[in-house]
Amino acid sequence: MRKALVATITAALLALGVSAQTGEVLIKNATILTASRGTIENSDILIRDGKIARIASNISAGSGARVIDATGKFVTPGIIDAHSHTMMNAVNEGSLSVTSMTRIRDVLNPRDVAIYRGLAGGVTAALLLHGSANAIGGQSSTVKFKYGRDMEDFLVEGAPEGIKFAMGENPKRSSQTFTGGQTPRYPRTRMGVLETMRDAFVRARDYKQSLDDFRAKKTRVPPRRDMELEPLVEILEGRRLVHAHGYRSDEQLNLLRLAEEFGFRVGTLQHGLEAYKFAPEIAKHGAGVSIFIDSWSYKLEAYDSIPYNAFILWKNGVNVSINSDSNERMRRLNLDAAKVMKYGGVPEQDALQMITLNPAKQLGIDRRTGSVDVNKDADLVIWSEHPFSPYAHVEKTIVEGEIFFDRAEDIARRSQLEAERKQLEALDINKAPGTGGTQPRIPQERIRGDLDDADRDGGHR
Amino acid sequence: MRFCARAANNMFKQVFVITAAFLLTAASLIAQSDGSQQNQTGRAGTFAIVGARIVPVTGPVIENGTIVIRDGKIASVGPGASVPSGAERIDGSGLSVYPGMIDAFTRMGLAEIPQGANATMDVNETGSMNANAKAITGINPHSSHINVTRVNGITTVLSAPGGGTVAGQSAVINLNGSTQADMSVVPQMGLVINFPRIALFSGFTPGVGPNAVDFNTAQRRRNEQVDELKKIFTDAENYARAKDAYAKDRSLPYPATDLRLEAMVPYVRGENSIFFTVERERDIRAALQFISDLNLKGVIVGGQDAHLVATELKRQNVPVVFTHIYSLPPRPDDPYDYLFAGPAKMHQAGIKFAVSTGDQGGEVRDLPYHAGLAGAYGLPREEALKAVTIYPAEILGIADRAGSLEAGKIANVVVTDGDILDPRTNIRHMFIGGRLIPLTSRHTELFDSFKDRR
Repeated sequence: MRKALVATITAALLALGVSAQTGEVLIKNATILTASRGTIENSDILIRDGKIARIASNISAGSGARVIDATGKFVTPGIIDAHSHTMMNAVNEGSLSVTSMTRIRDVLNPRDVAIYRGLAGGVTAALLLHGSANAIGGQSSTVKFKYGRDMEDFLVEGAPEGIKFAMGENPKRSSQTFTGGQTPRYPRTRMGVLETMRDAFVRARDYKQSLDDFRAKKTRVPPRRDMELEPLVEILEGRRLVHAHGYRSDEQLNLLRLAEEFGFRVGTLQHGLEAYKFAPEIAKHGAGVSIFIDSWSYKLEAYDSIPYNAFILWKNGVNVSINSDSNERMRRLNLDAAKVMKYGGVPEQDALQMITLNPAKQLGIDRRTGSVDVNKDADLVIWSEHPFSPYAHVEKTIVEGEIFFDRAEDIARRSQLEAERKQLEALDINKAPGTGGTQPRIPQERIRGDLDDADRDGGHR
Repeated sequence: MRFCARAANNMFKQVFVITAAFLLTAASLIAQSDGSQQNQTGRAGTFAIVGARIVPVTGPVIENGTIVIRDGKIASVGPGASVPSGAERIDGSGLSVYPGMIDAFTRMGLAEIPQGANATMDVNETGSMNANAKAITGINPHSSHINVTRVNGITTVLSAPGGGTVAGQSAVINLNGSTQADMSVVPQMGLVINFPRIALFSGFTPGVGPNAVDFNTAQRRRNEQVDELKKIFTDAENYARAKDAYAKDRSLPYPATDLRLEAMVPYVRGENSIFFTVERERDIRAALQFISDLNLKGVIVGGQDAHLVATELKRQNVPVVFTHIYSLPPRPDDPYDYLFAGPAKMHQAGIKFAVSTGDQGGEVRDLPYHAGLAGAYGLPREEALKAVTIYPAEILGIADRAGSLEAGKIANVVVTDGDILDPRTNIRHMFIGGRLIPLTSRHTELFDSFKDRR
């Protein structure tokens, strides 16, 4: 019925991905914003086996190569969104304050149409994070947007493991109201959030001690396997990146100090809307910061957020990325990066890096993506004009050499989809009640109540 | 990471010199910040912006022109460089001059921090019929959303209430002034009606999702709600007639005053615009039927599907305030650019429209980029600019005073170093009601406090 209709149309959209090319692709005569070595005018990019094989002018294609004329167009690295909940069927396991045993990869939906819409905005990779309900949340997944493929194909091979932490209003459950019989969950204060983390790391340290003792054969009895503490031991051993949601400068600084106490480095401060207040300390610790460029005042702890945050962090040498945390905002991260040039005056390439190379570094995948360089994955976006122009749109998005979004093909397919839709609507099974049909079943919308912060898709009011 | 830091520092040095030079220049031209987070009101005077590229919006671009501001109004716009005696001269070379942008649907001043500071929210009055609730009495002139918004070139907004079915009356305000009256352009206009819709979901089951409603049931409910709304209009009409009758014949029984119905009268009589918030095609059609049945002056706000109702919108001369550039397509099988291309489709269909953020306040400053994105998806660039200047002025009924650079209009004037819709463009000077506004905001003040912290 309606569900069948949606499924059919989704399948048609998926077909776009299937039509993508393998083997050699040659992009001709583009202006390339490399994100690593400045701008290259009138140049070609040869893609072979999903990698960038050559960047030069006047490359001649082998027979069978797909040639894309990009005269007058701009090419950038694929955009990497370092804070996303796209394609997740669940966001928060909110029952405990430490849920390090949960894994985002267990709830991925590779058919989420939001992936396709993200590709249409030039996004090729994302860090999929557990929500911010818990001081220590679940394990993250780093994915590339290979829409139409199986879930396993999305996971980026070799990407470092990660985990979500959270501080402030969300893990305190500040907005939660309690009805009769319900008791608040610990913690309810910023003090308690930090102690929840400290307690978990003390337990993890003890667990690691018993593991080490067993490995060193000091004892023949192995410790009982602990799925909550295992990921935390990996953090202590520098094998898992912490991505820590937070707003206020004081609490995020407390986290850096806690990490230093336990001997690890925080991967990224997520949101970090007050990071500009303690940028030198962040630089010294060595954490990255992944921010919204200019969201503010949507909640109390976001009231001191300023659009100059990126500039101040950049000036202090901190690795800054600009994320969306939103299926909607993800589609226009190029304009968010452009704003960094206005708010403070970050140079163009550094601004572009904030949505490409910098998040690649934060996710630990910069050796294979994040810039237009030979031997990197061919994760590329072809834009109608300079991607920082408000009038630019994406023409093609390429992931590992395959075209996963093509605006011309998308437009060409619309009349066919429209006809298919009409045909499906005319079927007896889809007729309206009272005209011989049965009541259509309404597909269950995604549960959107537990997303983070600024994700207010379509809900300005 | 280490390399990045070094490279960044080197580049910073170059940029810093340029930025510092710019800030010093700017500081010498504008009033100094008083360090407060209040909205400084700027200073009045006679100003001449000379040698600039002038974009009047309603006329052709003047490549090398002069605009004179006097007594709060635009005194002249034209080619050449004659500066009246006593005028403060502003060098416009390399700069562009635009009219201040207008956002035709916001909650400016009625909303500060929705989550965690509920006491700062004055958008939604309780109850379903509040025609007498007036935004102009709820707007906080000292909201920090105001200074943050205007330094991005937005000078005028509609601030609209939101709760219930008949939400209350909006106000058109300039983003400058210490009191509500100082800010007011049109204190009472735009009665907001959240038009009843066919709601296929009602309530929410935790862990399951929204509860589905049978279509026929949903349609019946909507019709009942529309009938109730119609009754309010009939009551107001009858109330007005009773009042009129009494005014002519004092021997009639005196009709008791009813503030809610009283507030409805200019709207019921089609003298003032009613803003119907409505999205879906079927609901827009129903709203248009309502407007036609009662002979009202209507505006559609939201308007996701408005281009599908072009014939009726044009026939009834009902404009659309489109608030969904930054929204996801409403249906999973919509084209990915369904809403990005909304303004282009309305333009092609000949519908009168404006582009609006529909935002509560903090992100109204993105108005130019909403219009720019519409430009990326088929709206001609000149139309994109009009969609945030003269078109909203027309829809708000202030086109005789705002929305373009023409002699005699309110001097809401913005001077930029580039295309005003481009996110890379800086605002260099701005005037609201002829006053030179400091380019400071809550955000520049926090920036100044922390930018040099070591």
